Amino acid sequence: MEEKQILTVSASPHVKSTATTRRIMLDVIIALIPAAFAGVTVFGLRAALVIAVCVLSSVMFEYLSRRLMKRDCTVGDLSAVVTGLLLAFNLPVSIPLWMCVVGAFAAIVVVKQFFGGLGQNFANPAITARIVLLVSFASAMTGFTSPVAGGVDAVSTATPLNILSSADGTSVAQLVANGELPSLLKMFLGVRAGCIGETCAAALLLGGVYLLARGVIKPAIPFSFIGTVAVISLFASRFDLTWTAYELLGGGLLLGAFFMATDYATSPVNTGGKIVFGVGCGILTAVIRLYGSLPEGVSYSILLMNIACPLIEKLTQPKYFGFIKSKKKKEGKAA
Amino acid sequence: MSEKKKYNLKNELTKGFLRENPVLRLVLGTCPTLATSTSVVNGVGMGIAATIVLICSNIAISALRKVIPSKARIPAYIVVIASFVTMVQMLVKAFVPALDESLGVFLPLIVVNCIILGRAEAFAGKSPVLVSAVDGLGMGIGFTAALFCMGTVREILGAGTFLSGIDAMIGCSFKGFDFTGGLAKIGLAPMTLFILPAGGFFVFGLLMAAANRLAEGKGLKKAGLSPCAGCPRADACANKLCGEEKDV
Repeated sequence: MEEKQILTVSASPHVKSTATTRRIMLDVIIALIPAAFAGVTVFGLRAALVIAVCVLSSVMFEYLSRRLMKRDCTVGDLSAVVTGLLLAFNLPVSIPLWMCVVGAFAAIVVVKQFFGGLGQNFANPAITARIVLLVSFASAMTGFTSPVAGGVDAVSTATPLNILSSADGTSVAQLVANGELPSLLKMFLGVRAGCIGETCAAALLLGGVYLLARGVIKPAIPFSFIGTVAVISLFASRFDLTWTAYELLGGGLLLGAFFMATDYATSPVNTGGKIVFGVGCGILTAVIRLYGSLPEGVSYSILLMNIACPLIEKLTQPKYFGFIKSKKKKEGKAA
Repeated sequence: MSEKKKYNLKNELTKGFLRENPVLRLVLGTCPTLATSTSVVNGVGMGIAATIVLICSNIAISALRKVIPSKARIPAYIVVIASFVTMVQMLVKAFVPALDESLGVFLPLIVVNCIILGRAEAFAGKSPVLVSAVDGLGMGIGFTAALFCMGTVREILGAGTFLSGIDAMIGCSFKGFDFTGGLAKIGLAPMTLFILPAGGFFVFGLLMAAANRLAEGKGLKKAGLSPCAGCPRADACANKLCGEEKDV
C-alpha cells in the first residue's frame, strides 16, 4: 500500500521573489543616473557637487541615527542613497551646501528614522525635506539660474512655470519669440531654469520607462498623475496644446510622478488606490499652479496625498475571499 | 469627600515642573503654547500671565468649592476664571502694553485655557485652599518653563535672535542677542520654518519626547501581555480584527 509521495507539504510562502530592497533601490538609482548626467551637463559641475553632498550626508545621517538608536545598520539597502539623490534633484544648483546637509537631516532623521526607518515613514523623505528647505530658505530655494554650458557665471532667472504664470495675456508663441521662454525642444532636453534633476524630460522619461519595464513601479500613479494635470491644463487653457505641453514639461511633474509619488511606503497598495492617489496629486498640482500663489505645486500635492494615503487604503481595501455583507447584524442591532 | 487626604506641599509644587508638566506631559494648553512660543519674551509673558490667573482662580475656586453646586460647576469656574483674566488683561494693558500687543487675542483666550480649567476641575474643586494655590503655582511654573524652552529653540533656530523685544517688555536698555549678522558672515541663515506652526510642532514633539525620557527614564514597566501578543496577525490587524470577527 505504499505510495510514492509526489506532493510536498510545507508552510507558505511557496513562491519567493528575488526582489530585495537593495535590488529595487539599485534599479531606482540606475533609473536616476540619466537625469543626474543631464543635470550636470545643463547646470555645470556644481550640480555634481550638490548631488554628492546630498547623497553623502544622507548616508551619514542614516548610519549615525541607526547607530544612536541602537538599531541594525540599514545603509546597505541603498534607500538613503536614493533619498539623497532625489533631494539633490529637487534643489536649485546655486543652493548653499550646508542647506543640503540640513535637508538631508530633515529627510533621513526627522521624516524617516524618527518614525521607525524605511517603510514606516508617513511621507516621502525627499519631498518633505524639499518643503522644509523651501519654507525655511525661500530665497535660496527659488534662486534659479539659467543653464550654463560649462560657464561659471550663473545668471539668475525665472523658471518656465514662473514666466507662464506671470505672463498675462501674452501667448506662449510670443514669449518664445521674445526669447523669454525656452523652445519646446529645449524644454524636452532640459535646457531651462529649474531644479537640478527636474529639467531634462528625456532623461526622466528614460528612467521612468526603465522602472516600468523592470516592474519596480506600476504605471497607475505616474499616468493618472500626469494625465490629470494634462486634462486640467487643457481645459484651463481652452485646448491650447503648446501651453499644456509647457505645463507638463515644466516644473517637477515628471520627476515627481515617476520617482516620488510612487514611493512604496507612502502610496496605496491597490491599483484602484493608486489611481485615486495619482488623480488627487494631479488635481492638487494643477490647482496650486493655476490658482495658488506658488508657481509650482508638485511637492505640496505629493506630500498632501502622502498624508491622505492611509484613508485611501481604507477606502480601497479589497474584500477578503468569501466575504458576505451581514445584513442580519444591523437589523438585530436596530431591534 | 477626600478632605482628610494628606497633602505634601513640596510634592504638590514640584509635580507641575516635570512629572505632571501641563504642556509636555499632560498635553494641555497646546494652542497658546504653539501660538505664543515664537519668541522667548512672548512665551514667558504668556506663561506669567497664565500663572497669575491660575493661582488666583485655584484659590477662589477652592474657597468656593462647598458653595458651587456640582451640576453647574463648569459655568461657575468659567465665571471665576474670566474675571481674573479680565483683571490680568487690564493690568497688562496698563503696565506692559508691548506684551498686550504681541500676544493679541491669546491674552483674553486664557479664559478657555484648558490648563486652568483642568486644574480647577481636577484639583482646586476638591482640595483645600493652600494646597490649591501651591498646585497653581507649580503648574504655572511648569507651563512657563515649557514655553521658555520652546521659545528658546524656536527663536534661536527660526529668527536667529534670543530674548529679542525684552527692552519693550521690561523697560531695560538690553535689547537681547541678535545672531543674524554673525550667521550671515559665515554664510548661514536662520530657518524660518521654526517660527511657523509646522516648526512649532516639531519642537513640541521633540520636547515632549525629552520630558518623557526625563520623567520616566526608559519607559514604564510593561504591564502584562495584551491578548494579541501571541497572535501572528497582530501587526496586520493592529489589534482590531479579533474584536471585529467576534461581531461577525
